This record gives sequence, C-alpha cells and structure tokens, in this order.
Amino acid sequence: MPGILSIVERAYHGTIEEQDDTILWISHMFKNAGADLSVLLRSNAVNYAVKGQDASGLSFGDVKLSVPPKIDDDVEALASSGAKVYVVEEDLKDRGIGNDELVSGISLVKRSALAGLFDQHDAVWQW
Amino acid sequence: MTTSGSRTLTMALMDAPYETGTTTTVLRIVDAALRKGINVNVFAYEGAVSLTLKGQAAHPNPVKGTNAEDQDHPSSAKFISALFEKGQEAPKLDWVNCGLCVDERAAGDWIDGPRRGGPGDLLKWSNESTNTLVIGAH
Amino acid sequence: MANYLLVESRDPFEYGDSSYFYQVAQDLAGAGNSVTFCLVQNGVIPARKGVKDSPVEKLIKDAPSVKVLADDFSLRERAISADKLVAGVSQASVDDLVDMLVTSGTKAIWH
Repeated sequence: MPGILSIVERAYHGTIEEQDDTILWISHMFKNAGADLSVLLRSNAVNYAVKGQDASGLSFGDVKLSVPPKIDDDVEALASSGAKVYVVEEDLKDRGIGNDELVSGISLVKRSALAGLFDQHDAVWQW
Repeated sequence: MTTSGSRTLTMALMDAPYETGTTTTVLRIVDAALRKGINVNVFAYEGAVSLTLKGQAAHPNPVKGTNAEDQDHPSSAKFISALFEKGQEAPKLDWVNCGLCVDERAAGDWIDGPRRGGPGDLLKWSNESTNTLVIGAH
Repeated sequence: MANYLLVESRDPFEYGDSSYFYQVAQDLAGAGNSVTFCLVQNGVIPARKGVKDSPVEKLIKDAPSVKVLADDFSLRERAISADKLVAGVSQASVDDLVDMLVTSGTKAIWH
C-alpha cells in the first residue's frame, strides 16, 4: 500500500515565490527523500496538469522574475519520478479541460473513486 | 494530567498569524495534547513561520481607547512560548520552522524553542508519530 | 476497513467546494469504514437549524453511520447553543478531538 496521498487543491498562489507551488514542491521533496507518495490534483489544482502554462514576463519596476514557474513541467517531473499523479476527472470537465490537454504520466480518477483512493493509502495529507 | 505513554501527535500548518481560525484551533490542540501528556511536533510551513517571531509587540487599541498595558493581549509567539513551558520534556513540544520559508520572509528572529528544519523533518516525524494531521491553507 | 477522522473547517457559504468533503465522508462510510466528521471553526455554521440546503442534515440523512461532531468552542464563539443544533450533531471538546487524533490507526484528514 502506498504511504502518503498528498492532495493539492489550491492553485496559482505562489507565482512569485521560489518554490512556485509550495505543495507540489514539498511533495517532490518528500518523494526525493524516499517517501512512498502519490499526489492527487483536485479542485482548481487540476489546471496544474494542463500543458502550455506560461507565467513568464513578470517584472516590477526594473526587477524581473527571470525564473518563472513551469508548473506543468513540475507535474510531469513528479510523475516521472515514480510518484503516481492523479487528477479528478469531473474537476477537469467542470473547468472545460479536455484530457488531450494534459501532460503525460497522469492518471484520471473519478470523484466516486476518491474514497477508494484514500483507502489505498496509509495517510492522506490534504494541504 | 493523563499519562499516555509515548504517544506523539505531529501537525503541519501553513497559516500566518491571525488570518484564519486555524491558528487558534492548532494552539488549542497543542495545549490539550500537552495537558494529556502527549508529545507534540509542529512543522510550520510558509506563513506559519511568522507565528514564533520574537519581535511581536502588544499595541494600544484606539477603538476601545485602551493602551497596550490595559489590553494585555498576548501575541501568537507569547502563546507558543507558554506551550513550550508546558512541553519541555515529558511531554515534549518540538517545533520546526521551514528554513527556506524563513529565509524568503526574513522571519528568523524567534522566541526560544523552535528550530530550523525542512520537509525531511515532517517526513521523519510522520514515520515516528502516533498520527500526523496536515492542515493546509484555505 | 479503516477508522477515519475528517475535520471540516470550511462552510458552504464561503467555499463552494466544501461539498466535496461531505461526499467523501459519505462514500467512505458507504464503503464500510468507520467515519467521524468533526466540524470546527466556520465549519460549524451549517450545523445550525434552519440553514438553507444544509449539508450537515443531508450527511446525517444519507450516511447515518457517520458520527457528526461539532467543536464546542467554535459553537460557543458563534452563539450556536445545543438547542439550535441540527438533530444528530453532538458537541465535542478539543480534548475529545485530541483523543481521536491519537487513537492508533486513525486516518485524520483536515479540510
């Protein structure tokens, strides 16, 4: 049984913060530290799995954000690292997002299957 | 006090002081757990690293017409200091402030008690604790 | 089957997404798990009688095996006395919450 299900639901609050999305980041840190971890993107965070996100071009005064977030790359990298990354199917549909818009390595899960997903993990960390 | 063996509760929180009711609830849980003899670990992430800033100062309340002494209103750091008093050894309160979060907020001047750490501390605690409760920001 | 403690701090007036957690509670219970659903902070607001489309009443009706609790301080802070509570909701103290949290094997989830 996988150890931790890390749930990301808030989205786009860390654009100018170095960790980009702090929960994706900390989940990746746990994975790198050897945790047996899965990630569930739900609510607005399903948009994190969409290809082509672009937060470049921010500058304030003469200060430029030269390394903007690339959340879609972060999600793909997390999936490539061996973490299972789930996205709630109905949350995508509600937001008009098609499955063909998603980065690779994503597993779709229905809302009705979330309880089963919780049961499959030792701990559920909903950030 | 109820003796409870070596039970340990780990919590992670993200809320900056006074923004939501979560800080209050977490302080209540820590206080109750320590009263019951349960060890408590707190991982302060993101804005929660400001909870333990030493420089938090009382202030007058112009609406009530009171000065700082009349108000006698404790800060979050003062409340947490009091919890450290109760959690010195058995039960023990351990508190880690996320170091990177501290650096990017220049929030490193703390009361006695908290220590600097990172996600690895939360992961380690979760493996060693009776339970872990992660509390995200709203 | 597992023992779940779901702590709901959100209310349906401020958060359109709060119904998700009620549904998870119902689904976990439907799958045979033991589920305690503990309302805290503004999460207690829909536990008041007379709330429009109350998700608390719906949960109690649709998933009667779920034990629904409301934090006594959060109730008192909002002047929700026992006689104003939806039938089926019990008051719990923070000590009760801690006891549930440190019960070995409990899967605790905050929303």
